[in-house]
Amino acid sequence: MSDIVILGLNHKTAPIEIRECLAFSDAETDAAIERLQNYPDIDEVLLLSTCNRVEVLLTTTAVPTATEAVKSFLSEFKKVAPEKFSESLYIHNGDEAVRHIFRVASSLDSMMVGEPQILGQIKAAYHGAIRKKTSGVVLNRLMHRTFFVAKRVRSETGIGDHAVSISYAAVELGRKIFGNLEEKKVLLIGAGEMAELAVEHLIRNKTGDIFVANRTFERGVALAQQFRGCPIRFEEIPEHLQQVDIIISSTGSSGFIIGPEHIKGIMRGRRNRPLFFIDIAVPRDIDPEINRLPNIYVYDIDDLKGVIEENIEDRNREAIKAERIIDEAVIRFRQWFESLRVVPTIVALQKKMDTIAAAELNKTLQSLHHLSADDRTVINRMTQSMIHKILHDPIMWLKHEGGDNDRAALLDITRKLFKLDEP
Amino acid sequence: MALTTIFYLLSTVGYIAYLFYQKDFFQKSGLYLLLAGFSLHTAAIAFAFIQSGHLPVRNFYETLSIAGWAMAGVFLVFHFKFKLKILGIYAAPLVTLIMIIAAQLPREPAQANKLFNSFWLISHIVVIFTGEAAFALACGVGILYLVQERALKTKNYGFFFRRLPDLELLDTTGYACIFVGFTLLTIGLVTGFVYAKSSWGRFWSWDPKEVWSGISWLLYAALLHGRLSLGWRGRKAAIMAIIGFAILLFTFLGVNFLMEGHHGEFTR
Repeated sequence: MSDIVILGLNHKTAPIEIRECLAFSDAETDAAIERLQNYPDIDEVLLLSTCNRVEVLLTTTAVPTATEAVKSFLSEFKKVAPEKFSESLYIHNGDEAVRHIFRVASSLDSMMVGEPQILGQIKAAYHGAIRKKTSGVVLNRLMHRTFFVAKRVRSETGIGDHAVSISYAAVELGRKIFGNLEEKKVLLIGAGEMAELAVEHLIRNKTGDIFVANRTFERGVALAQQFRGCPIRFEEIPEHLQQVDIIISSTGSSGFIIGPEHIKGIMRGRRNRPLFFIDIAVPRDIDPEINRLPNIYVYDIDDLKGVIEENIEDRNREAIKAERIIDEAVIRFRQWFESLRVVPTIVALQKKMDTIAAAELNKTLQSLHHLSADDRTVINRMTQSMIHKILHDPIMWLKHEGGDNDRAALLDITRKLFKLDEP
Repeated sequence: MALTTIFYLLSTVGYIAYLFYQKDFFQKSGLYLLLAGFSLHTAAIAFAFIQSGHLPVRNFYETLSIAGWAMAGVFLVFHFKFKLKILGIYAAPLVTLIMIIAAQLPREPAQANKLFNSFWLISHIVVIFTGEAAFALACGVGILYLVQERALKTKNYGFFFRRLPDLELLDTTGYACIFVGFTLLTIGLVTGFVYAKSSWGRFWSWDPKEVWSGISWLLYAALLHGRLSLGWRGRKAAIMAIIGFAILLFTFLGVNFLMEGHHGEFTR
């Protein structure tokens, strides 16, 4: 009987340098799963690689050798010494592996809990596995359950509704101001992890042109390249305020970079279209006085945190609901998985036959009053013997035919054929 | 009419539940109940029209009923156009309130005379009422805009912040309401002039209602001009929509009760 194993690392266990080294491109993923499946101890396999995680999901009958194989494969394929990443690796099997993949897909394990992208990424990984035929009965069932659980979590809890990080808060506020962020022009002033993350989130929301201003122009050019934006000089900021809609600022400047004097006169030219400032810098870059002007909204880091805290309680409440949905799904999946063992299926098959035979026999004997008790026993014995003989070949076949993986498929078919999972 | 009011009342309950629980089911119930009320209302007005041969605007009861009907109709149109679900929380209670007030009034129609039987009068009334309903909606949207803008400016994310839509949608809807309202008000005034000419022999007679309607028209014209040529939008537009509707309300109610004039003949 095979076991489900997930082995990987994510933003919680590994720093970005290691995640970068182990990240797989789409083409690499295809090649990797094909090669992984050729390992004798790996039956089915799927590889998920995103900016925050690299995970290999597999089924195997020999957990220790399979996990060792995956480790050495990762090291070999990505040319990274095993000791560099082995401490960051987590390995889950059985229920824990199932729970892990359910949690990942429901975005409970994400850096930004509730973010919707992860489900799409898992679907893409699964489609890759289908294309390369590395997914079989167990992973197919597991992935379909995963999508179902993720969808349920999304629709039955408010986990995806709330802003849970600075950049999400910024995007959410932007949506409350502009409605749609599409084609809204963004100006990034200065750099910093949080500002970059915010820009990335805005880009995901299909914002328009991006301008990047930095004190050192060269750094600005590099950043602009990263976001496919347009670098501008620091001195050009005021004139660009006329055309941009969202300004994210995070410089190390000790004083305000943009004050009311820069805004006066530009609103008319913008025909009063709203301006949204996100000031992540400490000390602040944007004079909060600007917030008083009509159609201008200025948010500093504390304001954004306020949005998040508003939601944190809701989010915890929703997360509890989500975990409950996942627990339930794990139990159900285990029930199905257990059913793939030979013995329960054989027992279920025999029980079904016995029940049918007993019912039919009962019906027939009721109309045959002339039979003696002995006659009845003989007929009964004959029925049992028939069941035994009918089931003998299928049972032998289930017990001995094919490898372990094939057996899972055979058992699955058998259960469907005889409707053994229905009461 | 009582059944119509009950539908509107139930719709209000649906929208209030939607406001608190944010479940689409409540919003949909509110909407369909309002639609049902509106259909019944339309049928009742059509029936009264056929029975008497006159548009039923011969007393204050009937006038209010037409106002409620126009309000419900205009809301439904704007709802399907802009999908501003939460606006029902303003429109449904307003329609219900109008209908409840109307129900308290005496129902004997004024003496039918030739004044009531003119194509121009019917178009004048229907168009003006529809236009005013659009302005009423603009006022509601303006209020929602101010509430949402305040939450965003003060960073005080209270009860309404998550429940109200974005400023852009509110602003666009408000503008559309004003635009439609202004167009209809203009057509309504023109038909009114034509009707006045045919009934009293002159286009304009400095009747208080005419004067106040003129003032409202000028205010909305200024608002639209400001928007189109100077980019007035957001808060300023929202406040003007609210003031505009207050003036309109005064034109509709205050002038009838406080001042004399030939419009009184229709609404006493």
